[in-house]
Amino acid sequence: MTDRAPSPAAVRALSLGALLALWVIAATLTADPTILPQPWSLARPFGREVASGALPLHLGMTLTRVAWAFALAMSIGTALGLLMGRYPAVDRWLDPWLVVFLNLPALVLIVLCYLWIGLNETAAIAAVTLNKIPNVVTVIREGARALDPGLAAMAQVFRVPPLARLRHVTLPQLAPFVTAAARSGIAVIWKIVLVVEFLGRSNGVGFMIHLNFQQFDVAGVLVYSLSFIVVMLLVEWTLLQPAERRIRRWRGA
Amino acid sequence: MISVRIAAKVFGATPVLGDVAFDVAPGEVVTVLGPSGIGKSTLLRIVAGIDRDFAGAVTRPERLTMVFQEPMLLPWRTAAENLTLVHPGLSRAGAMEALAQVGIADKADLFPRQLSLGQQRRVALARAFAGAPQALILDEPFASLDPATADEMLALTERLIAGARPATLFVTHAEAEARRLASRVLRLAGRPATIATNGGGA
Repeated sequence: MTDRAPSPAAVRALSLGALLALWVIAATLTADPTILPQPWSLARPFGREVASGALPLHLGMTLTRVAWAFALAMSIGTALGLLMGRYPAVDRWLDPWLVVFLNLPALVLIVLCYLWIGLNETAAIAAVTLNKIPNVVTVIREGARALDPGLAAMAQVFRVPPLARLRHVTLPQLAPFVTAAARSGIAVIWKIVLVVEFLGRSNGVGFMIHLNFQQFDVAGVLVYSLSFIVVMLLVEWTLLQPAERRIRRWRGA
Repeated sequence: MISVRIAAKVFGATPVLGDVAFDVAPGEVVTVLGPSGIGKSTLLRIVAGIDRDFAGAVTRPERLTMVFQEPMLLPWRTAAENLTLVHPGLSRAGAMEALAQVGIADKADLFPRQLSLGQQRRVALARAFAGAPQALILDEPFASLDPATADEMLALTERLIAGARPATLFVTHAEAEARRLASRVLRLAGRPATIATNGGGA
């Protein structure tokens, strides 16, 4: 017997395997595929949805909405957070708004956006964006408050132009905060996008879950949600994590 | 030429600087001496244009550079990039030449964290001289270096000043450093601080 710890990858695989085993046991005990189908019995509905083109279409719609809301929430939230962290006067004025929006339930914003803007794409993306902005602002504001005054003085003495200062002096200091906001952001956003689609869109993963829910099709719900989880894991591994590694390069060096 | 005419500088209700007036001619090195907390760094920040909240006037040339107490490099940019970023006209070759002058051309593509403190200070020195400055401000640039390295840096600075001939304002605790670099020594004393002696050659 050795006391060497197993590799992280092995642990991750084992842990996921245990979850799958739990599913199989639960499905066996339930013994009713309409309530909880066995994992392998999802292969047929999955194949059918892929072949008909429905799954790629709805995944694509949802992913597009996630991308829009993510880009808007991150850019608007970063700008606001930077302003509020740098200028106490702005912070005093906007902080009460921030508290209101932080405590506004996602569902309320979604319903209000649909009622005021209409049952359309603008309302859907606006609702998700507005839900996410306050979190981004809170995180970035912390980062902006911690900016190094010495580097700011250096940039001022050497007359670094404003855009170059933002790119080379300010944003690199904010990078850990931006990645933290992006990480939690992407996870929250796709969940809200599904609710938005559930409530008022006629395509997307959320809409399909709604449809399958009304037909009490558990397999359909699982096929769509699991497919999207896989897509989001791919985004995490192929886009977010490499981007983070690139940004953190100078620390490890 | 740097021309300083400060009437008063206060922090809240505390007066820090009183009447401080002097000029620094091109090629001249004026050293400011004085005990800790007297207001030397405040004076430098005013002259550098970082602190604009004071009574009086300061005129300074267009190309002013500074070496800070800390190296104050961008840790996420390489040594060479730290030079080219603050001097938009400076090419990669120009940055390499500036780094070669301070003896660390081989470190051009390393990040500041990969350099020793002495090497980081050299990069800061190269950054200050790379822009062919008309005015140069040195805020205890040799602090917390071992005596041998500090001495080497001092000689290097002397050589660079002789080459570029900027109007130089130098703050230090060390009398020996002051004597070696300065063409003129100003002593800050009192509260609020004023110039106590406006000595000639130190």
